Amino acid sequence: MTTMERPVLPKLIGARVKRREDPRLIRGRATYVDDIKLPGMLHLAFKRSDVAHGRITRIDTSAAEAMPGVVAIFTGRDLMALPGATRPVGARGTYAAKIGAGLPPMPIGTPFPSPAHYAIAPEVARYVGEPVAVVVAEDRYLARDAADAIVVEYEELPAVVDPELAMQGQPTVIHEGFPNNLALPYVPMGTGVDPATGAVDNSAIDRAFAEAEVVISQRMVNHRVAPNAMEPRGVVAHWDAGKEFLTIWSATQNPHILKSMVAAVLGLGEHQVRAIAPEVGGGFGCKINIYGEEYVAAALSRILERPVKWIEDRSEAFMATIHGRDLICYLDLAARRDGRILGVKMRLIADIGAYNMLLTAAIPTLTMLMASGTYDIPAIRCELTEVFTNKTPTDAYRGAGRPEATYFLERGIDMLARELGLDPAEVRRRNFIPKEKFPFTTQTGAVYDSGDYEKALNRALELAKWDELIAERDRMRAEGRLVGVGMAFYVEVCGLGPSSSLPTGGWEHASVTVERDGRIRATTGASPHGQGNETTFAQMLADLFGVPIEHITIEHGDTAVVRQGIGTFGSRSQAVGGAALMMAGEKVRKKMAKFAAALMDANEEDLVFENGMIYVKGSPTTGKSFAEVARYAYIPVPLPPGLEPGLSEEAFFEPPNNTYPFGAHICMLEIDRETGEPRLLKFFAVDDCGNVINPLIVEGQVHGGLAQGIGQALFEEVVYGPDGQLLTGSFMDYALPRATDFPWFELDRTVTPTPVNPLGAKGVGEAGTLGSTPAVVNAAVDALAEFGVKHIDMPLRPEKLWRIIHGRAQA
Amino acid sequence: MSDLVPISITVNGRKYELEVEPRLLLVHLLREKLLLTGTHVGCDTSQCGACTVLLDGRSAKSCTVFAVQADGSEVVTIEGLERDGQLHPVQEGFWEEHGLQCGYCTPGMILSVVDLLNENPNPSEAEIRAGIAGNFCRCTGYQHIVKAAQYAAQRLRG
Repeated sequence: MTTMERPVLPKLIGARVKRREDPRLIRGRATYVDDIKLPGMLHLAFKRSDVAHGRITRIDTSAAEAMPGVVAIFTGRDLMALPGATRPVGARGTYAAKIGAGLPPMPIGTPFPSPAHYAIAPEVARYVGEPVAVVVAEDRYLARDAADAIVVEYEELPAVVDPELAMQGQPTVIHEGFPNNLALPYVPMGTGVDPATGAVDNSAIDRAFAEAEVVISQRMVNHRVAPNAMEPRGVVAHWDAGKEFLTIWSATQNPHILKSMVAAVLGLGEHQVRAIAPEVGGGFGCKINIYGEEYVAAALSRILERPVKWIEDRSEAFMATIHGRDLICYLDLAARRDGRILGVKMRLIADIGAYNMLLTAAIPTLTMLMASGTYDIPAIRCELTEVFTNKTPTDAYRGAGRPEATYFLERGIDMLARELGLDPAEVRRRNFIPKEKFPFTTQTGAVYDSGDYEKALNRALELAKWDELIAERDRMRAEGRLVGVGMAFYVEVCGLGPSSSLPTGGWEHASVTVERDGRIRATTGASPHGQGNETTFAQMLADLFGVPIEHITIEHGDTAVVRQGIGTFGSRSQAVGGAALMMAGEKVRKKMAKFAAALMDANEEDLVFENGMIYVKGSPTTGKSFAEVARYAYIPVPLPPGLEPGLSEEAFFEPPNNTYPFGAHICMLEIDRETGEPRLLKFFAVDDCGNVINPLIVEGQVHGGLAQGIGQALFEEVVYGPDGQLLTGSFMDYALPRATDFPWFELDRTVTPTPVNPLGAKGVGEAGTLGSTPAVVNAAVDALAEFGVKHIDMPLRPEKLWRIIHGRAQA
Repeated sequence: MSDLVPISITVNGRKYELEVEPRLLLVHLLREKLLLTGTHVGCDTSQCGACTVLLDGRSAKSCTVFAVQADGSEVVTIEGLERDGQLHPVQEGFWEEHGLQCGYCTPGMILSVVDLLNENPNPSEAEIRAGIAGNFCRCTGYQHIVKAAQYAAQRLRG
């Protein structure tokens, strides 16, 4: 007899497995929040401030109240249960009693001081789009009609738009108790800074600059962008008055955090709330936050005892969903003439908008943490100031603080190479942290887990055929064309935890159950929104248990099914969630081996799980089927001594450290001399995210990241007028990149596993946004070299480039 | 109600006689009245293409068509693309080539590719990119969507 009677299952870890999520998505059978309908469900529409900064003097809801289908209208004062509340339609007395003490200000996740931020502004609106009232109606169209019929009068206050004026208190101060609009007045990090006391010793950084043979200084702006997940935000809340239990569906990246925070704000216990992230249409960081609309929906469902739904319009999303980036950097870089960097100073000013959201204050601190990049820089000093302005709040957007660090540093190194007339690859090589120095502690305190930067750079140079690329550029230039090549190297901090680094805790949770029939159900707290965890996680379990992937289901997103979890952000799904899954899986496998050993009178250490069988190594024909052992575990007659029945285990994985993936991006860009229009001709990316479970999914993640990084460099920008009006409030004005905007991306990988988790996986979700942005701008500066350009702020709009080409650059 | 307008519309081969508000958008008719929620709404200015359907055989953004304008028309949504339980070659291409991540733009993107390949069975890479330029995808960087369209084009040419 041979093993041929059972099909041989391929090993799936590392294979290009087609996604198991896709059939429902390509057939239109997935369920996103807006697809949920509950009996008796009401619809919310928010009235939003159309001034950037104004004291609310009157809200006239009378016309709106009289409209058909309107159930109730609540202002900020109503929800806070303050004096002067307007009168909602219907049984006002009943509502008021249920509001009780009202909704408190929204909690944030960082330890920094923060002004009160209410879900609906009760007194002063501080950015265009801030909610000032909410309508509840029987139908979505009627709710919108009624919101439009609410008349709000403001005493307009000066709009604070320019962060560098704002920090001088000009033209006014937005929040009482925060003089000069300083959300965080001064946070130093790096060489000579004592993290415990904040004491600063300048001697080392001063010495670096005193000894420098060349100093590069440049002010740069990493401008504000809008995340724009294709599915806008949305929430359905259902308060079961009988059970006193809230179920809330939301387009969120982290349902467990939503559950905790909604419970806290509504004064409920966490045992009274179930949060569900159904199919979620992209996040990119903007669906980490727990937003006012979620608290309001939950509160109104409880007050009205009806299910309620709110779905964001795209125009609302531009105003009401967090923005990303918006960081000014004054960079000083000290070096020797051989290109060796002696010191880096980054003075950072973050325009965080009108309020602190969940992680707002922490994001720019990641820029400081990553200021050393991939380089062994002996002296670094970062100084951060965070400033309130009358704009939409900022928070995590794909990369969150790390793309900013990479952009500033990689632009600086390119300026240095240009100044010294050195090859930009060579300057990077001379400063790389050598691979034998890992783990490496940077001057900003990051402990890089592993790296082989030289190898990734060499691979990128090979992939791009760097020398030929330069020769090709020169040939094209000789024809009079404006062509440049650019490169950038990056390292990022991923796999967030550990718990000391995240206010929510930095672990992840998983459970694995082998059912009675041998099929496997697993849960993960890493709630995906496009990452493909249902596929990669099933690949891992298929290999672990030696069963077909079709026998495995990965469940996620529902706090009633997934007992615990943190969520998906910071490229942590695989590195933290995947590790938790393997821990739980190994616990089950170990127990199953004990049952199999008892059944087969064998030694559990000798057992092999393969091709749907469990057998003693070397004797594949005499084993038991996986299903047979599973059944025995649930009907254990006799029960082996020392074992409980059943095959269901859970695990929490707490990573000892973050992971630090890295890579090199190279591109070629042409600028039309007549129109100033930039066009990418070639793009090469070599990324090292450690071990890879599914290369297909990793490629997809890199492509998407590149598109967002290139989008920021070339097209995307949130623009406010001097009066604080949002000028890019729709896709008519905000240039999201289209398919025609990109060249073919040529990818490759190097593999440097991380020692901080058992998978050796580092994470890849954000990688593409890091190297691409500086690579593109470096290429544009190279293309315009003949005009003596040192730096161009993003986005590289044709008008800006045309002015440089035609000698009409604005000072 | 007197301000409702009677319309007759065929969706995925099935004929419906309905009375609708004149301002009702086709996408909301599909999603809210016919419960065909595979068609998505991603913007409110006709830019994103998530709501793309086939209207009398050509791709149309169903957020930019009133239901009453579709009176007498034939509509195909993502739910109507399979034949005898078999995926349409374009659906198959998206699966084979990892042409989607979050899936939100996917139904509209698939219908735009169907329309493109109906018009041009053998498009170049540039023609595919131009053909889907009315549809935003924020996840994929479009490259695997181009490959999905190439896969489907080859399958459809046989």
